[in-house]
Amino acid sequence: MERCIGCHSCSLACARLVHKHLSWDTAGIRIASSGGLSTGFEARTCLACNPAPCALACPTGAYSQRQGGGVIVKKNLCIRCGRCAEACPVDAIYLDATAEPFVCIHCGRCVPFCPHDCLEMAKTAGEPGEREGAQEVAS
Amino acid sequence: MIRDHFRVLVVDLATGRGSVVSVEGRDAVAGGSGLAAMLFAKYGRADKPWDDPAQPLIFTIGPLTGYFPLMSKTVCAFKSPYHDHYAESHAGGRSALSLRFADLDGLVIIGRAEKPSCVVVGSRRLEVREAHYLWGMDLQTTGKTLRRMFPGSGHRSILRIGPAGEQGSAMACINVDTNRHFGRLGAGAVMGAKRLKGIVILGDGIFPLPETKEYPKLFQEVYRKLTDTDMMDKYHNLGTPINVAVLNGIRALPIRNLQQTSDDATDGITGERFADDTLLRHMACAGCPVGCIHVGFVREKFMEPNQYLYRQVPYDHEPIFAVGSMLGMTDAFKVLALIDAVDKQGLDVMSAGVALAWATEALEKGILSENETLVPLKFGDEQTYRQAMQHLATGANEFYRLLGQGTMKAAAYYGGTEFACVLGQEMGGYATGEVFFVSQALGFRHSHLDSSGYSYDQKHTDKNVGDAVGFLVRDERERVFLTSMVACLFARGVYSEAVLADCLRSVGYSTLAENIAAVSNSIQKLRWKTRLATGFDPRAVTIPKRFTEITTWKGKVDEGYLAALKEEYARRILEMGREDQG
Repeated sequence: MERCIGCHSCSLACARLVHKHLSWDTAGIRIASSGGLSTGFEARTCLACNPAPCALACPTGAYSQRQGGGVIVKKNLCIRCGRCAEACPVDAIYLDATAEPFVCIHCGRCVPFCPHDCLEMAKTAGEPGEREGAQEVAS
Repeated sequence: MIRDHFRVLVVDLATGRGSVVSVEGRDAVAGGSGLAAMLFAKYGRADKPWDDPAQPLIFTIGPLTGYFPLMSKTVCAFKSPYHDHYAESHAGGRSALSLRFADLDGLVIIGRAEKPSCVVVGSRRLEVREAHYLWGMDLQTTGKTLRRMFPGSGHRSILRIGPAGEQGSAMACINVDTNRHFGRLGAGAVMGAKRLKGIVILGDGIFPLPETKEYPKLFQEVYRKLTDTDMMDKYHNLGTPINVAVLNGIRALPIRNLQQTSDDATDGITGERFADDTLLRHMACAGCPVGCIHVGFVREKFMEPNQYLYRQVPYDHEPIFAVGSMLGMTDAFKVLALIDAVDKQGLDVMSAGVALAWATEALEKGILSENETLVPLKFGDEQTYRQAMQHLATGANEFYRLLGQGTMKAAAYYGGTEFACVLGQEMGGYATGEVFFVSQALGFRHSHLDSSGYSYDQKHTDKNVGDAVGFLVRDERERVFLTSMVACLFARGVYSEAVLADCLRSVGYSTLAENIAAVSNSIQKLRWKTRLATGFDPRAVTIPKRFTEITTWKGKVDEGYLAALKEEYARRILEMGREDQG
């Protein structure tokens, strides 16, 4: 992420392609300046915790542990309680005004939109040759 | 948000209240430049001076802002302290996307705050907050303080002025998100006159995507074109500073107050030299994958032993020419130090550099003395220029206060008009020849971006007045639609009329898509009509003698051709801005 130029193309792509929104918030990866523009940028995105604190905090099973880290999201089970976002240690889950949560699902659709190669898909350790879904976005 | 009208927030600083106004006219004026002119007609007063509290400070975006890449600029419109006419200045940063996500097509600020204040707007927020403690702060400190006052890192835009804007300098800019500027024609003074130190725009809205099948496909295609073409190389690699060596090579780089157009010593300030020695990193406006912002650094020893501070400084061709070659600076780090010194004060770096270049020559010639300049201005002397920049920004004496109102105003008073490098305002960094000189002197923004006259000069050796002026008018008409979208003009090679029509159609603006040519034409006329109504007379514009004394790759500037171009362009402008025109 030291290469990031702050164009927000990744966030906009995630919101557009995954969540069908025009937004730089409802995205699994969000870019913020790290203490003003003069110090560069940081990405707020899921670090693929295992066990994932957000999944442990979710009271309805909307968030469940994903093999290799991160979460599987079932939106129809979500009651908008916001506990997942509270539990995330790195502020990777965005809650909109209705408390609907948005988190990275490690699909990699943002990766081609980064013009500076900040993002890449990486195999999850311990799962060689797993299906594509077992990959994650590293930043 | 896609809508058939404009959603405009009008904020009155006198009352601290605002109102959301629906303005009709999407299919007639599109947005951006067109919307700004329409809003000036609604809220502006052509007959009142620029600093009348009732005058609006207008910010607008376009129908494609946020929906497509490089639709990343904002138009700022106001009555200019420089010439008291209607004016536009454009900037990027995060301002355009922040306005989009604040769900505003336009933001209009009227009135004057009782005490120095700042404004914060968002999709669910409006606040005018008294902030007297910000008054007098430089731009960087103001930015840092506003960031602390209004959290929301990354998804907001912070506009602010420095001391130059507070004291009403016609060269005061509005800084946008540290590295970008509404630079020219004194927008910063308009904020200052309103006692408005900062504007924070929170981009906190979320919208559904257009539901057409075409939109996602078209986005992908446009994105690919913008990132696959040579744009990435042209604007991202060395960026606009590549022009320094190119222009120097064709004897078209303004040097030492345009006393020369080529000098081997400028090797020290080429784009290549900046990249090799000073470039720290690139940055981008929000929504633009090109990332044309080049950030270098200055390092200063402030105390012995070995006590240093450093700052990051954005650079481009225009600042490099203005405080580099125009001031006889041949060291890239010294140029960055000057850009930094000017920026801190909230001055437009182009105007400030060109103004001090004139003052230096005037001092050399004995027209000015150190009683006026306070410091012994000398080409190549960075330390002296740093002090002079501060004098200019703060209006340290009568001379600097007058110079801050425009180089030609100071020259008219003290003498030396013939070598004041003013083309409507202080010149841009292209001494390419007659067509550019006329295009900037008479152009709507007095900018090299109004139309590519500088490019025409480089491609044509003939002297056909009708062809050249026809080109300027046509090129401006095409650009005015782009600045109504509001696209970055770097994307003009990709956003052809056909591509723009597809983009507009894909998000639901079919009528606009079908009428681009007619709408461009009417926006162009509307802008000129607005400009003329506030007092602009293109026939009264003069081009100082210095511009006819230089030699470029084409040879000596042809005074007869220059005069004929000026007369014809003035005629076309008056025709476009006639009251009975659309």
